[in-house]
Amino acid sequence: MESIDFRNFLKVLNLSEKNLNSRKKEFDKFISLGFPSKKSEDWKFIDLNKIISKKIPNLKFFNELVNVNFHNKNYLKDIPLEIENYNYILSVNGFFKEVNLKYENEDKIELIRENKTLSENTNHSLTHLNNALYFDYLKIVIKEKYIFNQPLIFINLVSDNIESTNINFKFDIVMEKNSSLSLLDFNYDKSENNFINISNHFILRENSILKNYKINLSNNFNLNYSIQNVDIYKNSIFENFLISGGSDLVKNEIICNLKEEFSSAFVNGIINLKKDQQHEIRSKIYHLSENTKSYQLIKCSLKENSKAVYQGKIFVDSSAQKTDGYQLSKAILLNEGTEFNAKPELEIYADDVKCSHGSSSGNLDENKIFYLMTRGLNMQEAKQILLDGFYLEVIEKITDNKIKEIIKILMNIK
Amino acid sequence: MRENEIDKLKEYKYGFTTDIENIKSPKGLNKKTIEFISKIKNEPDWMLSWRLKAFERLQKIKEPDWQKPKYPKIDYQDLYYYSAPKTANSKPKNLDEVDPKLIETYKKLGIPLNEQKRLNGIAVDAVFDSVSVATTFKDKLNEVGVIFCSISEAIQKHPNLVKKYLGSVIPINDHYFATLNSAVFTDGSFVYIPEGVRCPMELSTYFRINASQTGQFERTLIIADKNSYVSYLEGCTAPMRDENQLHAANVELIALEGAEIKYSTVQNWYPGDENGNGGIYNFVTKRGLCKEKNSKISWTQVETGSAITWKYPSCILQGDNSIGEFYSIAITNNHQKADTGTKMIHLGKNTKSKIISKGISAGFADNTYRGLVDIFPKAKNSQNFTQCDSLLMGNKCGAHTVPYIKNRNSDSNIAHEATTSKISEDQLFYCQQRGLNSEEAVSLIVNGFCKEVLQQLPMEFAVEAQKLVGISLEGSVG
Repeated sequence: MESIDFRNFLKVLNLSEKNLNSRKKEFDKFISLGFPSKKSEDWKFIDLNKIISKKIPNLKFFNELVNVNFHNKNYLKDIPLEIENYNYILSVNGFFKEVNLKYENEDKIELIRENKTLSENTNHSLTHLNNALYFDYLKIVIKEKYIFNQPLIFINLVSDNIESTNINFKFDIVMEKNSSLSLLDFNYDKSENNFINISNHFILRENSILKNYKINLSNNFNLNYSIQNVDIYKNSIFENFLISGGSDLVKNEIICNLKEEFSSAFVNGIINLKKDQQHEIRSKIYHLSENTKSYQLIKCSLKENSKAVYQGKIFVDSSAQKTDGYQLSKAILLNEGTEFNAKPELEIYADDVKCSHGSSSGNLDENKIFYLMTRGLNMQEAKQILLDGFYLEVIEKITDNKIKEIIKILMNIK
Repeated sequence: MRENEIDKLKEYKYGFTTDIENIKSPKGLNKKTIEFISKIKNEPDWMLSWRLKAFERLQKIKEPDWQKPKYPKIDYQDLYYYSAPKTANSKPKNLDEVDPKLIETYKKLGIPLNEQKRLNGIAVDAVFDSVSVATTFKDKLNEVGVIFCSISEAIQKHPNLVKKYLGSVIPINDHYFATLNSAVFTDGSFVYIPEGVRCPMELSTYFRINASQTGQFERTLIIADKNSYVSYLEGCTAPMRDENQLHAANVELIALEGAEIKYSTVQNWYPGDENGNGGIYNFVTKRGLCKEKNSKISWTQVETGSAITWKYPSCILQGDNSIGEFYSIAITNNHQKADTGTKMIHLGKNTKSKIISKGISAGFADNTYRGLVDIFPKAKNSQNFTQCDSLLMGNKCGAHTVPYIKNRNSDSNIAHEATTSKISEDQLFYCQQRGLNSEEAVSLIVNGFCKEVLQQLPMEFAVEAQKLVGISLEGSVG
């Protein structure tokens, strides 16, 4: 792999020289580990190294012509949302361009642009890559007792005239005590053959609520990887929901640490794939204290040659008595050529727990299709009704009503 | 009074050794040892070269290390690879000629050969250490043409069958322990059921590890020809011992068109003492091949012994309409570790598989279910159902579930479910209210939890297994 002229990198990005050495070190670590491949248990089903060398053989970690000066707002018109009606953060090609919080009390929200601590995740090569080459950083701190009036929309836009083939950035949220926020993370990608690597770190202090809805529906040929580290403290609730069906390859890693009692985590998702798309969800829920709860529900529908993977792990520490941990993954394989792999793992060291997982995969039930057809629907309509019902079970889990409506419209479900 | 009884039960029931002089091979794993084994067993050249080929490969590969229970490094050069009771050299012709000490041992184990011969109608091929010393009921089996003998005998008498099928399911280029077995296996059972024959009795082997520092390397090969049926029972107990012993057996099953093989195991080897010292390493490779259409292979196992149990009895469903089943109970107590499960590989059309696994963990033990269900693109209309439940007793132990589920065919269905919980206070209270003490109550509830699997065992085993379940958990509930 190529080496990088870090001085030039810092100059182009207009960054201070202070973090030059740490970035260099991180890059060396990445180079020594390389892109993860099948040999690593977490990447057993999707070999990123192979896919990258096939799809982006001329991957450049950094290009001087990276499009820093993007002001064309026309792209926003394509987004099926009136973003003026919401708070929004606009990120273009990995740079945070605009933060608009006009519906909120801005004194209660702090924006931090300088990253002081790098996320430490040894042996995780993509985290090292992100640490070494992230273009931009944003941390939002929601002050104590502040509750957002409107959802916050995060638009991650990648333009089609971008020169770089590798984008890394970081976006963190800190919820202080008794605060609440709904975040709609909207991926809108126009580029081709790009490797996008996003790192999130969310911290939920006592009694806070963070709802994170991640939507990736714009069609593109990119490889999209994101890792979310979530620390959840006493009485807090983290709700995560994702819909995907846009990029060629998506991998979401979600790591939830339920650190104090009565905290809970929800991880739900819909994966709706076609053509050669591949999507993997890797969730790890660590129950580290008493009376914690987690629920996971993932549904996939697969067409043509697509492939979905769900690797979910529930870990229960010996001190985490009275834990509830549930996990369910279902997949509908609509064609020959589709593939669904699951690895729902339980690792339990406490006895007073209720943990379960279930996983099923198969085609639509022919009896149900027949029933609907006897009622006058044609085959296509019958299938669509069954699929809508299949998705709806997940969508109904969304607790934010405004966002539930948006998502129903986006998915064309009544 | 009661406590005394419990103390007695807690101690390993089958902990005794028989003092018999042994013939041992030279220590260490090398070409000479293999040649020694081959020579003493009077094997033909093709067998020796097969072993050497496996040994050659063995030197190039490494032990796997992905399993959950870790163990101290095994010094393969410090083991004896062959030991046989001396009396086996002059083979006894009937039971009266068998060393009385051996007979005594079997009696303690609860398998008096004479009595079984008369009452049970079971042919027993008893393996004491590594050589078969007594085989009964040959005549009755001969009548219908069933071949049931030691694998060494089969190599001499039925070389064509052995040549054709040995290594056809577990090839010599498999993983480390399987390859090790291929190189140094000493004895084991061979079964051939001819076309259209329903084996008139349950075939059974008791394995026993006796000589100190002897790794046991059994090799079992069962072939069920077209439209035949056989039920095979394997039960194991081992004497008390301080140092760890390695057991790396290979079991190969081959079911041809319309044939059915039922393989049941009760494993109760020495699990080590309460502090986790000693105990047997049970690293076994068991694999069945449903080679032709309409065949069926069913594995049932009750694993209560061994310091470390590490095995995945698997089915390769190659023939159309073939069926694979796996029923398992794994109980770990004190410092025992188990990493067990199954693999169901669906290759043929309309293949079906079913997995029922019950794991019980107590004391400081770790119990892992690890399984693979893989439906290949051409395995149209295949089905799998998996259920794996775990029960935990105390918060020093662990129960883990690691299933791999791969579906590559849109006409196929996979359903998987798993739960982990503890025995509810309500259930215990109810039983105690009816006059059972807490240990009896736990034993009753656990037997109920395992019932689905226990039902699959043949009668003779079911009774023993039920007792084992109770004994294994003695002292785990305060």
